[in-house]
Amino acid sequence: MKKIIGIILCLPVVWNAYAQQEISSLVKKAKLKMESVNDYEADGRMRTNVAFLKVPVANVKVYFKKPNKIKVKSEKGISFIPKGAVSINMGSVLTDDQFTIIDAGNDIVNGIKVRVAKLLPVDDNSDVVLSTLYIEEATNLIRRAKTTTRENGSFELEMTYGKFGGFGLPDKIIFSFNTKDYKLPKGVTFDFDDGKSIPPAEKNKSRKGRAEIVFRNYIINKGVNEAVFK
Amino acid sequence: MWSLLQIELYKISKRPRTFIAFIAIAAIVFIFQFAFKADGESYMNLMLQSVNDTFEIDKSKAINGYFMCYIILNTLLIQVPILVALVAGDAISGEANMGTLRLLLTKPVSRTQIILVKFLASFIYTVTLLIWMAITALFISLFIFGADDMIIFRVKGDESQILQITQDDIMWRYLAAFCYAAIALTVIAALAMLLSVYAENSIGPIIATVSIVIVCTVISNISVPIIDKNVKPWLFTSYLVGWKGFFYIATNQDGEPIKGSIENWGAIRNSLYILLAHIFILLGITIAVFKRKDILT
Amino acid sequence: MGVMLEVQNLNKKFGDIKAVDDLSFTVNEGDVYGFLGQNGAGKSTTIRMLLTLIRPDSGTIKVFGKNLSEQRNEVLRQTGAVVERPDLYKYLSAYDNLSIFAKMSGVKVTRKLIMDQLDMVGLADRSTSKAKTFSQGMKQRLGIAVALVHNPRLIILDEPTNGLDPQGIADMRSLIGNLSNEMGKTVIVSSHLLNEIEQVASRMIIINKGRKIAEGVVAEMLDPAHTIVQLGTTDNVKALSLLLDKFPDFHASLVEDTIMLEMSKSDIPKLISTLSLTGVEILSVQPRHSLENYFLSLTNAENHVEPAAN
Repeated sequence: MKKIIGIILCLPVVWNAYAQQEISSLVKKAKLKMESVNDYEADGRMRTNVAFLKVPVANVKVYFKKPNKIKVKSEKGISFIPKGAVSINMGSVLTDDQFTIIDAGNDIVNGIKVRVAKLLPVDDNSDVVLSTLYIEEATNLIRRAKTTTRENGSFELEMTYGKFGGFGLPDKIIFSFNTKDYKLPKGVTFDFDDGKSIPPAEKNKSRKGRAEIVFRNYIINKGVNEAVFK
Repeated sequence: MWSLLQIELYKISKRPRTFIAFIAIAAIVFIFQFAFKADGESYMNLMLQSVNDTFEIDKSKAINGYFMCYIILNTLLIQVPILVALVAGDAISGEANMGTLRLLLTKPVSRTQIILVKFLASFIYTVTLLIWMAITALFISLFIFGADDMIIFRVKGDESQILQITQDDIMWRYLAAFCYAAIALTVIAALAMLLSVYAENSIGPIIATVSIVIVCTVISNISVPIIDKNVKPWLFTSYLVGWKGFFYIATNQDGEPIKGSIENWGAIRNSLYILLAHIFILLGITIAVFKRKDILT
Repeated sequence: MGVMLEVQNLNKKFGDIKAVDDLSFTVNEGDVYGFLGQNGAGKSTTIRMLLTLIRPDSGTIKVFGKNLSEQRNEVLRQTGAVVERPDLYKYLSAYDNLSIFAKMSGVKVTRKLIMDQLDMVGLADRSTSKAKTFSQGMKQRLGIAVALVHNPRLIILDEPTNGLDPQGIADMRSLIGNLSNEMGKTVIVSSHLLNEIEQVASRMIIINKGRKIAEGVVAEMLDPAHTIVQLGTTDNVKALSLLLDKFPDFHASLVEDTIMLEMSKSDIPKLISTLSLTGVEILSVQPRHSLENYFLSLTNAENHVEPAAN
């Protein structure tokens, strides 16, 4: 999860305000742009939506530090933070020579016109099979990112920008991922059978999980203590 | 009546067997606390084995006093009926065995009063056991493990769920759960007392009570539709774990728990009615049988 | 002297066995009333019915003129009893045992009251000892203290000398004497020993197989001149009604298939001639020497009753 969020939070930083027709140069500029945010600390509220998980909205703090350190902490209470069980790191996403970048044309995300770039890793053994980025040309902000991995299925990010859009930092991220069925080990609970079982409609819901983080505030380039990443 | 109750409680308090239960509870609780203090993370890993890949949680925070109490009650409330039977099953038969019953019944106190007082004393004993459980399993656990949000692992139908209750929404649930458990265990006390009336030593009713509880629990856990529909709803053992209902928090459409809510209060209320009906019926039979009984010991 | 206890037509069956069979008797205030019978004669069952431990199948029991089944608590408030063994709470002290039962009898318990009672039965110095450490005699004395602590008018002692050593037996006798003579209590004492009853009781009843054999003043009943006559006839029912009518002093009663009479031997010819005149044929007339011998003959076979130590 940390890494995923890392991607989510760092990718937008990469893009500057100048529209690029050339997809690969977009990515290059992105890497340069990334240099502008060295670190940040953000307050957000995380809402998790997974069929078997009934948890309240959590207040979280997100810490980032260059090049690819990312940590999500709940301020109070316990939180279930989705792991981005994916072995991408920022460096490999943003390094031209390790990815083949393909222009996949235009698309629309939430009513916004975007350019689609597909990133194929050069290394055949990489866990990431394919990354797809949906970039808004007018603002050079990534609106959506899809990643398919060998081991951990696919996940998707959707970003909404507000007053921190200038830094390429989103106000809201929706993270969609595949979950496995949750099964308790047999015989460990003696449950109270209240005669109700889960309605079939709810049961047959897809095993997709969603986590939504709404950011209230970013503190950018003011330094982040290394200790938080441990 | 009050002075009779005082006498009865005094007698119970002077019997060594009364304290076996308190020692047993403390021992079980201590073992749990020790085990979880030493290696609670393994338990958490076991419970979360199928989602460990997908989510990251702070397990040391999850193993807190509230969680510990839930885990302990989960196990302990299955054993406690034996401890309740130990005292309630002895109520009449113990006096018969000692020979004090005939002296007791030549006193100007009606047999109905004697049963009511003994039942009340067994109830108070049960409540005291639960208070002791609350002290050891909840408050001492909170002292040792600290307080935080509570994670509940639940099997609902053929699905598993993880519920999270925020810290400030837990204590009232425990209070309600302990009250519920008191009523559930009072059914055991009433059953043990009824059997106690028939016996002339206390071993018989204690063993009989425990056997009935075991048999009914087994039936309650058999998943055969004909039993599910026709037998289970009438077995008190189907409702002994109803205290958990207070921890099954309701959720909104987004699957987010609603603070201060209970998912299925109706089911808990029905359980309470059935348990209370058991108590009244068992107590009624006990009084009727005891009033007609010839004391030959 | 008023009537303290009146029992009428009391019956109790356990399964097919008649434990108490149409039993009637009266205890007067101030009596030490002996309840004599071999083991299994129905003494304990009767006493338990007097104490509401057993429900009679039929019959009435009136104590102090109150119907026991209707005014149980009022009666029991003025009754003290030791039924068979004086069993107490073994895990409680003598003091606790006594104060518990005193409270249950409705007495306002004070330390002085309890200690006075323990002193009376010689257990004051053992007040804090648990009952399980007591000898049989000490338990018996504590049991007596429990029976007396609420100052009852009627005291029922079921086999009070059972298991006591000779000194204990002597103490018990003198205690019963004191209760009656000095404190004016009415005492019912049961025993399977004739001499036991003879030494303490003023009136007595003898029962066998749940039925009354004889009832009366002890001194008169044990008078050798008083003879029990067993009479067999071709029509016992007719003979009985005739005898009750013509000779009320003979206390005729039907026991199994013989008529029992308490009478002087010299009256036997008069009895025979009266019956012959009415057409009842006499099959047998068997005079016993005395009530005592009769009681012994009833019980000797099972060797339950030792001869009276006269």
